[in-house]
Parts: sequence; structure tokens; C-alpha cells
Amino acid sequence: MNYTSLVYAVLSMGGMGLFFSILITLANKKLHVEEDPRIELISDLLPGANCGSCGYAGCANFAENLAGAKSQLSDCPVCGAEAAEKIAQILGVDVETGERKVAIVMCQGGDGVVKKKADYDGIQSCIGATFVSGGERACNYGCIGYGDCVTVCPFDAIHMNDKGIPVVDRVQCTGCGNCVEACPRNVIELHPISHHVFVLCRNEDSGKNSRAVCSAACIGCKICEKAVDGVGFTVENNLAIVDHDKYTKELVLPTEKCPTKCIIIVGEADEA
Amino acid sequence: MVNIFIIFLSAVIVNNYVLVNFLGICPFIGVSKKISPAVSMGMATTFVMTLTSAVSWLINKYILEGLNLQFLQTVSFILVIASLVQLVEMFVKKISKPLYDALGIFLPLITTNCAILGVALFLVLKEYNFIESIIFGFSAGVGFTLAIVIMAGIREELELADVPEYFKGAAITMIVAGCLALAFMGFSGLI
Repeated sequence: MNYTSLVYAVLSMGGMGLFFSILITLANKKLHVEEDPRIELISDLLPGANCGSCGYAGCANFAENLAGAKSQLSDCPVCGAEAAEKIAQILGVDVETGERKVAIVMCQGGDGVVKKKADYDGIQSCIGATFVSGGERACNYGCIGYGDCVTVCPFDAIHMNDKGIPVVDRVQCTGCGNCVEACPRNVIELHPISHHVFVLCRNEDSGKNSRAVCSAACIGCKICEKAVDGVGFTVENNLAIVDHDKYTKELVLPTEKCPTKCIIIVGEADEA
Repeated sequence: MVNIFIIFLSAVIVNNYVLVNFLGICPFIGVSKKISPAVSMGMATTFVMTLTSAVSWLINKYILEGLNLQFLQTVSFILVIASLVQLVEMFVKKISKPLYDALGIFLPLITTNCAILGVALFLVLKEYNFIESIIFGFSAGVGFTLAIVIMAGIREELELADVPEYFKGAAITMIVAGCLALAFMGFSGLI
């Protein structure tokens, strides 16, 4: 066997590699462009998969737009919470780290609860049903029930329950807001995870009309408002609204007093 | 002189890299949406091709053939191309940031553009001398630019055309590319 050619091969390839690397190093110094130093730091923290979900040409491009405040960190559905926190630090924005936000579906009008107004066998998507008189359910404010929010969730954190109402897994949810955007009825809201009390209804019709279509609707009866002496609950547009700032643990909740049981306590000790 | 002219004509039209040899299709489809980035992409590719052919000719002649290491051709040419693309990338970034952004991911992808490795390997195969190699590389680049600019022109017009629903996007682009290739096939036998 001829070892000289092996030596030559290694030497020549090594030599060429060395030559070009020196050339590039020099060129890098010479042609260096002053960039926002944060861009490099951020792109190191981004997933680096160049998947394009954010709508930019790649992670580096996204990092540039982040540094230039042209895009938001939440545009990246892949980025984990830990990295997001670090990037937020670099950018000097407080990403809601202290207050993680989670989505909540503000409707309980599932099958059997809400009246049916029609049979719909069009495209099985909420946005599709919106164009054709809003699907099967009689309520014009509530969930349509074809799960557009489930489809768009990149974290598998939202699922349909047996009544056809999406339920958010508050542990999995990252608060990316994809479902909020996907919902044509704007039934899904983002709330800080410390908020536990919700009025799960969006129906602004009068009590009589909303009760006529759904047995879980808020009828604007003001019983909750009276029960707490106006601290924590107010009724506007026939809809009870929770004032999350005023709600304290000590406050006796009117959940039991609510005639349609639409005041709900979501999550509690299991989440931080 | 005649020889050089023939090489030029051959690489630009008769054996056009994209439309006849079907090399470098990726940027041909990817960056041909608008004419101006297409021209820039063509120029960047031409620049890399010309430099690559010069450098790889030298490497082949004085290092690989001298040491009887021709089996390293592919590897060493890829090394050359990768390095040159890095240089071009830095250069473009320095000179024109908007152009750098417009070319986006396709600029580093010149590295994997098979047309460029094709040029380097062809010029060894065809046993060109140094000058001929440079001309060959340059004209291959010009041919690439010609193809991508024609394509971009057609696609700009295509935006306004009434394309059937299911042909929109990639499908019609493929068909147009095919038609264009057919047209260039007409030149075969010219040289």
C-alpha cells in the first residue's frame, strides 16, 4: 500500500482548509458590518430550526426583526419558555414571565346546553360555519364548536370536551394567542394565570333572550353583583364582568348563587 | 479567440446550465419572483462561478494533478465553493444590506448550488486551460443569469395572468420552466 498519497491527501486538504479559513477570518475582520450585538445573542437562543413559522426567512432574520422591535417573540411558536425569558431580558421587555398568560374559552354552551338552530354539514371549521349563518348552535356569541382553535394550537394545549367545547390545558398553554386569533367569535381570551374566577359567557342579549338559546348563559340578573356588594362583579350589557384586581381569596364567591352556573373557578393550587 | 467565443456561446445558450443541463434549479425557482433580486442572484452566482473556476483550475492543476490526487476533486472543489460563498456573503452584506436581505437564505445556498460544482467538474472534464476555464465559468454564470432573469420576467407577467385556480403557484412555474427549457433545446446542434 502506498502511504505517501495518503499523506499528500491529508496535507493538501488540510493546507487548503487552513488557507481558506485564514482568508475568511481576514475577510470577516475587513468586511465586518456593525450590527446590533443583540441580534447574535438572540439568534443563538432561538431554536435555529429555520422552520419559517414566524414568517421570516429564518431564525437569524427573525432575530433581526426582534431586535428592531418589528416583530414579537410570540411569533415564534417553537421557542421554549426558558429561551423566551432570556431573549426578553436581552430585549429589555418583560415578556409576561412573572405573569404567565393562558387562554380561556369564555363559553360553556356545548351540545345539549345550547339550543340547536340548524343542521350544518358544510366545511367543518368555525370560520367556514361563520360564513353560513354561524353553524348549528343558536347562540350568536358563543363557541361554534368545530375546533379551529384546536387545529391552530402548536402546543397541543387545547382539546374539545365531550360537549364540543374546547378546554385549555392550563399547564401546557404558553399563551401564544393563536387560538385567540383563530376564533371567529372571539370567545377565547388570554388571562394571567393568577386569574381564577371567570364568567364563562359572552352573550350580551337580554336575560330572556340569552336564556332562550342556552341554559348556561349569563342572564345579567345581577345576583352576583348584589352578593358581593359590587366588589368584584359588575354587570354591563347583560353580562357579568369579573374585576380580577378586586377579587381576593377571602371574598365569598357567588358561584353557587348564580342561577345558570356560569361563574366558574378555573384551576387553583396546581399552577403557580 | 474563436475557441473562447465558442465556449462562451456554448455555456450561455446551447448548454445553458439551468435550462439544458438542469443544474441549479433551486435558486432558479426560488429567487425568480421579481426581476431585480433575480439579476442580483445571477450576478452573485456569476461572480462565485468565475472565481470558483479559476481557483479550482489552479488547485486541480498544481495540487491535485501534481500529487496524483484527482480523487479529491469533488471534496476540494466543494471546499473552494463554500469558502468563496462565505466571502461573497460578507461582501454583499457590507456593500448592500437590502440586497443581502432580498437574497436571504438563497445567498448561502449558492454553496449547494449544483451548477457551481458542475462548472468546476466540467472544466476538468473538458480539459480547458486557465483562460478558457475562467471564460467557461463566467459564461456559465451569464447563462444562469439569463435563464433566471427570463424566468423572473415571465413570472412577473404571470402575476397578472388569469391562471386556472389549481395551476397557481408552483405548478404553473414548473410548466413555464419546462416551456423555457424546450425553447432552449432548440439551440442544440448549433455548436
